[in-house]
Amino acid sequence: MVENTVKPGEILLSVEDISLSFGAVRAISEVSFDIKKGEVRAIIGPNGAGKTSMLNCINGFYHPQQGTITYKGITRSAMKPYEAAAQGIARTFQNVALFKGMSTLDNIMTGRNLKMKSGILASTLWWGKAQKEEMEHRRFVEDIIDFLEIEAIRKTPVGRLPYGLQKRVELGRALAAEPELLLLDEPMAGMNLEEKQDMCRFILDVNDEFGTTICLIEHDMGVVMDISDRVMVLDYGGKIGDGVPDEVRNDQNVIDAYLGGGH
Amino acid sequence: MFYREAGQFKSSYKEDQAVFPILQDRVGVGLMLLVAFIGIPLLTSEYFISAIMTPFLILALAAIGLNILTGYAGQISLGTGGFMAVGAFAAYKFATFSIAIGGAETTIPLVVTILLAGVVAALVGVMFGIPSLRIKGFYLAVATLAAQFFIEWVLVKFGWFTNYSPSGIITAPPLEVMGYLFDSPGEKYIFTLSFVAVMALAAKNLVRSHIGRGWMAIRDMDIAAEIIGFRPLHTKLSAFAVSSFFCGVAGALWAFVHLGTVEPEAFGINRSFAILFMVIIGGMGSIIGSFIGAAFITLLPIFLSNVPPMIGWDIGVDMISHMEFMIFGALIIFFLIVEPHGLARLWSIGKEKLRSWPFPY
Repeated sequence: MVENTVKPGEILLSVEDISLSFGAVRAISEVSFDIKKGEVRAIIGPNGAGKTSMLNCINGFYHPQQGTITYKGITRSAMKPYEAAAQGIARTFQNVALFKGMSTLDNIMTGRNLKMKSGILASTLWWGKAQKEEMEHRRFVEDIIDFLEIEAIRKTPVGRLPYGLQKRVELGRALAAEPELLLLDEPMAGMNLEEKQDMCRFILDVNDEFGTTICLIEHDMGVVMDISDRVMVLDYGGKIGDGVPDEVRNDQNVIDAYLGGGH
Repeated sequence: MFYREAGQFKSSYKEDQAVFPILQDRVGVGLMLLVAFIGIPLLTSEYFISAIMTPFLILALAAIGLNILTGYAGQISLGTGGFMAVGAFAAYKFATFSIAIGGAETTIPLVVTILLAGVVAALVGVMFGIPSLRIKGFYLAVATLAAQFFIEWVLVKFGWFTNYSPSGIITAPPLEVMGYLFDSPGEKYIFTLSFVAVMALAAKNLVRSHIGRGWMAIRDMDIAAEIIGFRPLHTKLSAFAVSSFFCGVAGALWAFVHLGTVEPEAFGINRSFAILFMVIIGGMGSIIGSFIGAAFITLLPIFLSNVPPMIGWDIGVDMISHMEFMIFGALIIFFLIVEPHGLARLWSIGKEKLRSWPFPY
């Protein structure tokens, strides 16, 4: 496949007119939007508006019945989630989806799996190339662990960690894949103020330092308006607003959707 | 234990990721290997070696195989006995084939024969692993149960597998490696032990590599595993392949080394259950747990038949076998409810408690 490089400010991913329904339930109807390279893009909307479904479409978990998704200039057909991962799309989940039986370190190491090539035989020997590969990736993962300030829980099974830290480990696992586009599904849900501030700092740092494009879903309006470059608003599966935070904040449709019509 | 990692600083990731990062553990394992390779053959009786140690080691190998599939990759299987039978019969077919083309001399070395048998078992395992892409849990258990019965039936039904022997029971060829005949129980034990030690290390290496992490990822949360880039097809089928390879080698050893005969009855459904119990009692997702579980299940009947008479409590043979069932049943229920990670986890909890003992606050 041709690898197109996208320069900052150009469109990295564009979604044209997609619709997704489950039986008679229409989760997304005719939504178009785009994500530019290097920006922090937020998707907001009331519960059930189709935000998570939208992320699921982007990383190939759902296949929209209608419309196209163009990533790095290539319009793609229905693809499997691991193919999306191979193209540089990583994500975190609304309900923490860590591998509970594994340590923090191993969880983040799983994020590197697409870059690890040694086969079964080489791995059984744990010698030479396979070992060298493992150590190289360990070094990279240790950088992420330092970056997220979770050095102390490196060897702890993630099932025993408090919720806020689990969210952080999950971000680490997504970062380990060195994604070009990072999808965050409610990264701050259920966190206290301090944890939220930490998470915001990490998200902005990831965006600044690694140049990762971020698309996030969040309910905390203060956070969304502060950290995102552009905001899209969904309601009942349709797009009702799109623009820079200030525009969206003052949009009458958006206000109606959040507060109920007729106010 | 009464030692800890204090003062042992790691200056490279390689040291940190060693199988036994603590010096005392390394010494302990070294000593155990020394005892196993030298002490046991020299100091213990032939009965102990051939009736306890050799079967224990082979069953531990099969338990490692099942543990890779069930404990690490989360795919439950009741077909272990079937895959062991495939290994045993494949080894027998390779051995007779090598005799047939070489006259009286075997042309394929025995070690290669056994490994090839493992490969055949792996292929069969992959075939029966395909349903795992669609079904999970109990339903998969039933599918693998079908594998167990199907393999047993095929081996009895078609004479080709037993080289048309009328009784269906065939004698395994002698164990000869590079002109040296492994004949006495002690030698056979060493032969088995070498296989098991090397393969246990290989299994440990595999489960701590990226392949093992893929298995555990699929076990813990398959959707998330797929979204970060693990392909369910590759991951699950590789677990079936590796697991069946281990089971196949264990089956070949069971027939060639332990029994001396190759017969499907040795690999029935009871064998599958016994190995599953070893994994549950020993600890799912633990290589050392496979050994603990195998030791427990092999030793408990011997313990039960020896200890009551020793303390002057005279119970009949039938009572002993009933007690066996009762104890196993109770233990399995206990472990499934209280500690799914088995004896291996209890051991590590004990170690953790002792770290802070006697001042746990």
